[in-house]
Amino acid sequence: MSATTTASTAGTRAPRAETERARNENRLGRRLVAPAVIVMLLVTAFPILRALWLSFYSYSLTAPDDREFIGLSNYVTALTDSLFWRDIGVTVVYMLVTVAFELVIGFAFALVMHRVVFARGLIRTSILIPYGIITVVSGFAWQFAFTYQNGFVNSWLPFVPTDFNWFGDTLPAMIAIMVSEIWKTTPFMSLLLLAGLAQVSDDMVEAAKVDGATWWQRMYKVILPNMRAAIMVAVLFRALDAYRIFDNIFVMTAGAEGTESISFLTYRQSIEQFQLGMGSALAVLLFLSVLLVAFVIVKLFRVDLAQARGEG
Amino acid sequence: MSAIKLKNIVKRYGDGFPAVNDVSIDIADGEFVILVGPSGCGKSTLLRMIVGLEDITDGELSIGEKVVNDLPPRERNLAMVFQNYALYPHLSVYENIAFPLRLAKAPDDEVDTKVREASATLELDEHLERKPGNLSGGQRQRVAMGRAIVREADAFLFDEPLSNLDAKLRGQMRTEIARLQKKLGITTVYVTHDQTEAMTLGDRVAVLKKGVLQQLATPRELYENPGNLFVAGFIGSPPMNFLPAEVEGTQLKLPFGTVEIGEEKAAKGRDKGLLIAGIRPEHFEDASLSDKASDGSTFSAPVDFVEWLGHETYAYVPFEAPAEVKERLAELEKDLDGEGLRTQLVVSLDGATTIKQGEDAKLWVDASKIHLFDPSSGENLTVDAEHAGEIHGRAMAEAAALPD
Amino acid sequence: MKRKIGLVVGVALVLVWCLLPVAWILALSFKSQAAVSNGSDPGFLPLDSFAGWSNYADVWADEQFRRAILNSIGISLISTLLSVIIATLAAYAIARLEFRGKKAVLSVALAIAMFPVVSLVSPLFDLWRTIGLYDTWPGLILPYMSFTLPLAIWTLTAFFREIPWEMEQAAQVDGATSWQAFRKVIVPLAAPGVFTAAILTFFFAWNDFVFGITLTSTEAARPIPAALSFFVGPDPFQRPASLLAAAAVIATIPIVLIVLVFQRKIVAGLTSGAVKG
Repeated sequence: MSATTTASTAGTRAPRAETERARNENRLGRRLVAPAVIVMLLVTAFPILRALWLSFYSYSLTAPDDREFIGLSNYVTALTDSLFWRDIGVTVVYMLVTVAFELVIGFAFALVMHRVVFARGLIRTSILIPYGIITVVSGFAWQFAFTYQNGFVNSWLPFVPTDFNWFGDTLPAMIAIMVSEIWKTTPFMSLLLLAGLAQVSDDMVEAAKVDGATWWQRMYKVILPNMRAAIMVAVLFRALDAYRIFDNIFVMTAGAEGTESISFLTYRQSIEQFQLGMGSALAVLLFLSVLLVAFVIVKLFRVDLAQARGEG
Repeated sequence: MSAIKLKNIVKRYGDGFPAVNDVSIDIADGEFVILVGPSGCGKSTLLRMIVGLEDITDGELSIGEKVVNDLPPRERNLAMVFQNYALYPHLSVYENIAFPLRLAKAPDDEVDTKVREASATLELDEHLERKPGNLSGGQRQRVAMGRAIVREADAFLFDEPLSNLDAKLRGQMRTEIARLQKKLGITTVYVTHDQTEAMTLGDRVAVLKKGVLQQLATPRELYENPGNLFVAGFIGSPPMNFLPAEVEGTQLKLPFGTVEIGEEKAAKGRDKGLLIAGIRPEHFEDASLSDKASDGSTFSAPVDFVEWLGHETYAYVPFEAPAEVKERLAELEKDLDGEGLRTQLVVSLDGATTIKQGEDAKLWVDASKIHLFDPSSGENLTVDAEHAGEIHGRAMAEAAALPD
Repeated sequence: MKRKIGLVVGVALVLVWCLLPVAWILALSFKSQAAVSNGSDPGFLPLDSFAGWSNYADVWADEQFRRAILNSIGISLISTLLSVIIATLAAYAIARLEFRGKKAVLSVALAIAMFPVVSLVSPLFDLWRTIGLYDTWPGLILPYMSFTLPLAIWTLTAFFREIPWEMEQAAQVDGATSWQAFRKVIVPLAAPGVFTAAILTFFFAWNDFVFGITLTSTEAARPIPAALSFFVGPDPFQRPASLLAAAAVIATIPIVLIVLVFQRKIVAGLTSGAVKG
């Protein structure tokens, strides 16, 4: 049979057709994603590179002509200043506390939503309302709630004197800020956890029930391990979000009483005090610290980045 | 309407693995050809290459007189029914059927005539305004067929169209498809993994294994003259029994006894050492019920399990096979997507039999229907080549065995 | 039975937790400004100090506030529209096509979603002033687009993935070109996803604060959140609380309406996108 000859003559044409199609697809794909990539990088990559460059200069908007290359001085100043480390510490406290509370409250909410058979729409809508409300507005609402002149918190809480000033000291002020932050972002956490819960098959839970597992055992040995990926992605996103906390602090204390976060410090340096050189150095440090936090979380909890990226 | 010619078609994916390897099939105008094989045999890939959804790595595909390798699907003028029907959920049944006509910018009255004609043929008249989401599986299936028949396409392609239906509906739709194809007389290529569909629907059936065409023949030829172990094991339900065997003189030594097979057949298997004998379950009978049970081919065997189905009875007889045969059969089972649980003989007996499980039964075997297979190549040594269609697997297996 | 009571209590707690601050700000917006500044009516409800709609009237009379609402609506709508169009193209490519660099695109999107917005403040502030985008609508639209794109791409990719491949292939076999298949089959099927992505994008733009306060200086482009925070005076402890509350309620009404009407889609979008807007 002439199989070899036909194969070779056809062979010169057909493979080209395949790579042609693949190449077309490749080209089309890149063309379609190009605008998105360009817009995303335009407002992030370029400015952050510019910030990197500016950070080596002493540059103040109040005296723009005195721009002077000073090498790493801005970084040295920032890293040796106790304020910087204090703000990092405060930011980490915000992150750890809010994420921990949100995880617990969010999971409880998710369980309620998962179980409840009546008024589903009402509950779902209510849970979405904090998500929809502007952070600035929720910051105001909680700030007024905590003030001793007009707020209701003091009169409702036992063991708290009615004239207690929540914004007079670091710890209570931070608590007020964190309450507002937790209120605003828990819905997001609980929706992600609800999606995770929905992925755990009822059959599996029922099988565990038949096998004699108690409620706690089902939770720890069946449900939680199977939602692990969802929990990790939720924690990753929320932790990074919390690390960047800004709006609530701005509205509730304006950074007074040592409630300032690292984001707020960066903002204050560049926008309020016009120290663009120093502000840029802080921006770079903030960026690096977020990367570090992300790296630690991803490594520590072995987050499946493919899931976080939305692949699969 | 057109003939479809596949010439040395090859599909190789990025990793170099050939999903379809050198397949040549000539499909005549108006013929109904089935592509069948276990999952991963390349049958769907082949179909998708015909319709143009997959590139052809090598070889030549022509529809009518035209080579279509490089044409996009829309220029091939074929109609396809997908496994999940691929109905457009946002369009009504009417618009689903009309979709190809709308794309071709047919005038409204022509669209209407053709859609109504198709819906009358398929008995969809009362569902025309509904959305596919509200239809039953069988109705969806018919809508998908409707979309195919309004096209006046050159050929129909079916990709496992019945696999999502329940058993009863599957039977009905099978008949429906066969009837429709005969009525329209349109060239049809039909992919399935179900050997019953393959046997009942096709004018000819192409059996594929791991991307290689094994045998292309009519259902009857495949059943009676399988070219190799794989085809023999794939076609028929319950499947053909495979037993270790050896030829001595004109006699065949089987695990349960010796059977006289005649000189012609014995000559083909003589001096080849250990062979595999293939015997279909229905070629056994309860010796006490058979009037032919005289000619030296009865034997006695322990029955360990009996299934009574009314019109027939299946009896299961375990046997021990030499490691070599066992290994070969396990491999075959894997190729067939099965689970090689145990070596046992399945015999199909008359429903009137009184054989009981746990007892020894006297069985008769129709020696003229026994096939002998070479255990290493799988080749059928006793095939009647005149009545076996085209056997391809052999040439390929030999080519593959050659050192490069 | 014990379990059922637990569930009811759980539901009640969820409702109280979620709605209390909302009720509080509503109550506050009806208290008279005098009562709030001298603290004469410290309770939850405006009992002795009910001011009717006067706070709302005062806020609405404020020219700057009305401009801010206009800015917010305009900027949010434009960013949403552009972002969703660009994201639809990208998501379609990611869900359907094989191309080199797909993983890189998804990684960039993930990185942007984690990006510390504040670290862009000083370079963008400087850059926008240099090229004249400072205190303009495009100056806010651009950053909003880049930060909403990851969420929109995720949401839409998830939706596109759910549309069976065969749908498109069937259209092609039926005689459609790629573009016809996209327009007649994929777009109608993806419409709910596009809509969801649009809502989430709109939320982000409406909610943004950092860009709003740093990249604007006048009512030319200042959006609502920034306007609220600059409402009166620099002292955060002497704000005209009831006026602010009324302004906040007005600013929130559109969002709450959207939540009420589209809650199903929002939940689907949030969980498929798996990221906060």
